[in-house]
Amino acid sequence: MAYSDKVLDHYKNPRNVGSLPKDDPNVGTGLVGAPECGDVMKLQMKINPQTQVIEDAKFKTFGCGSAIASSSLATEWVKGKTVDEALTIKNVEIVKELNLPPVKIHCSVLAEDAIKAAIADYRKKRVPAQQPAATPAD
Amino acid sequence: MALKLPIYMDNHATTPVDPRVVEAMLPYFTNQFGNAASRNHPFGWEAEKAVETAREQIAALIHASPKEIIFTSGATESDNLAIKGVAEMYREKGNHIITMVIEHKAVLDTCKRLEKYGYQVTYLPVGKDGRIDLDDLRRAITPKTILISLMYANNEIGVLQPIEEIGRLAKEHKVLFHTDATQAVGKIPFDVEKFNVDLASLSAHKMYGPKGVGALYVRRKNPRVQVAPLIDGGGHERGMRSGTLNVPSIVGFGKACELARAEMPAEMERMRGLRERLQNNLFGRLDEVYINGSLEHRLPNNLNVSFAYVEGESLLMGINDIAVSSGSACTSATLEPSYVLKALGVGEDLAHTSIRFGLGRFNTEEEVDYVADRVVETVTRLRELSPLYEMAKEGVDLKSMQWKAE
Repeated sequence: MAYSDKVLDHYKNPRNVGSLPKDDPNVGTGLVGAPECGDVMKLQMKINPQTQVIEDAKFKTFGCGSAIASSSLATEWVKGKTVDEALTIKNVEIVKELNLPPVKIHCSVLAEDAIKAAIADYRKKRVPAQQPAATPAD
Repeated sequence: MALKLPIYMDNHATTPVDPRVVEAMLPYFTNQFGNAASRNHPFGWEAEKAVETAREQIAALIHASPKEIIFTSGATESDNLAIKGVAEMYREKGNHIITMVIEHKAVLDTCKRLEKYGYQVTYLPVGKDGRIDLDDLRRAITPKTILISLMYANNEIGVLQPIEEIGRLAKEHKVLFHTDATQAVGKIPFDVEKFNVDLASLSAHKMYGPKGVGALYVRRKNPRVQVAPLIDGGGHERGMRSGTLNVPSIVGFGKACELARAEMPAEMERMRGLRERLQNNLFGRLDEVYINGSLEHRLPNNLNVSFAYVEGESLLMGINDIAVSSGSACTSATLEPSYVLKALGVGEDLAHTSIRFGLGRFNTEEEVDYVADRVVETVTRLRELSPLYEMAKEGVDLKSMQWKAE
């Protein structure tokens, strides 16, 4: 299988590898995929609560080269963006940038999911703990 | 001496043709190009003589008689011919076939096709070691059973089935025994008499011969086995396989068998040494590395290892100057992880991290050391990148986690 130069570059020199303190209220963590499926991505962002700007992003990925490249690229792209801007990133843009073949499209989907999951986690942390809504009787 | 890259360590997929084999083949492309079926001129006689010599060389390696060797295009055809040929020929006796879940697709898919035609097939399970339970086999035999088809050495994990016991059991119950011996012949001793094998599939290109040629051993005595042909025509190969014989390749196959027979004891010793060297090197320097299947009952040239928390395709990418295979889904056409590893009860998470090392005649100690270094280096790097490794080190139980798969 031939990999695009960009996939190879991200695989060999992954950007922003690592972890941020997941208990920090300003850090959102997205963990998507499953070991049984051969792909797990962890994407973390440190968000400035005043400006909503993503000041730092880190990732770790278990998966093929395309999965590593997709998540590495995602960290590059979200850094410096606001949360709302980051939410507009679509998997097709990742596919285009990395030249992913059809069998690897799911890697880009996973990267998009990881961005969304990280932001959702951040937002959940920022909202003061609410009383769980009473379950309606069915 | 400088290492020559890339390094080939995927000898279960195919092997390079031994230069001595190539040399033996060459005259049969040019000067001695005759058709072995031409009975009335020297061109035909020469070709026929060469084919008969090859038949003897192959028969000698497996302790058969030359007349019991039927040339085919390879082991896939041999498996098809054995199973479909017996199914058709012995239809009146019964319609039940026994095989197992970790057979090569050439056997499994042939059996699946026969099921469509009304045959009953039992697929025996295997244990964690990759071997069948002989009691399962005994219980599966019915008065309708006409064939037991169980491979000798598995192509992914190199695990050997208890072939002698299987042969004895088949003989006791008067059921024919076919074995796909593709990976074993030429690597370890294989004896159709000692093992009570009635049919055996062989392939030249797995033992330093050319691609596109193989053979089916078909027993002629005690009992005399008959198979219906798949290919009809000029009645070559005692009517079991028509088609002009591929003389140069058959000559090469014969030469490859002769070399294997002469060099096997030393070669086995050397393979075992290289395998141990690789294994010790990997296991001494990495944690959470697992061997898939029995190490004791295994081809001396096979090592199938799972490197937990590192996905196989990304590992292959990191060792791109080394040719090995992975059981990871991403490297297979079906996008499913290896069905062989699954059958062993290896979790899909670990199946994705498996690498098959297939050592061969032309591998050296230097190559083994280089491969081990590169694998250790890449696994270490990818584990630093792996959220699973991080979580495992933090003590998170990955199995009990709720994963949000897409």
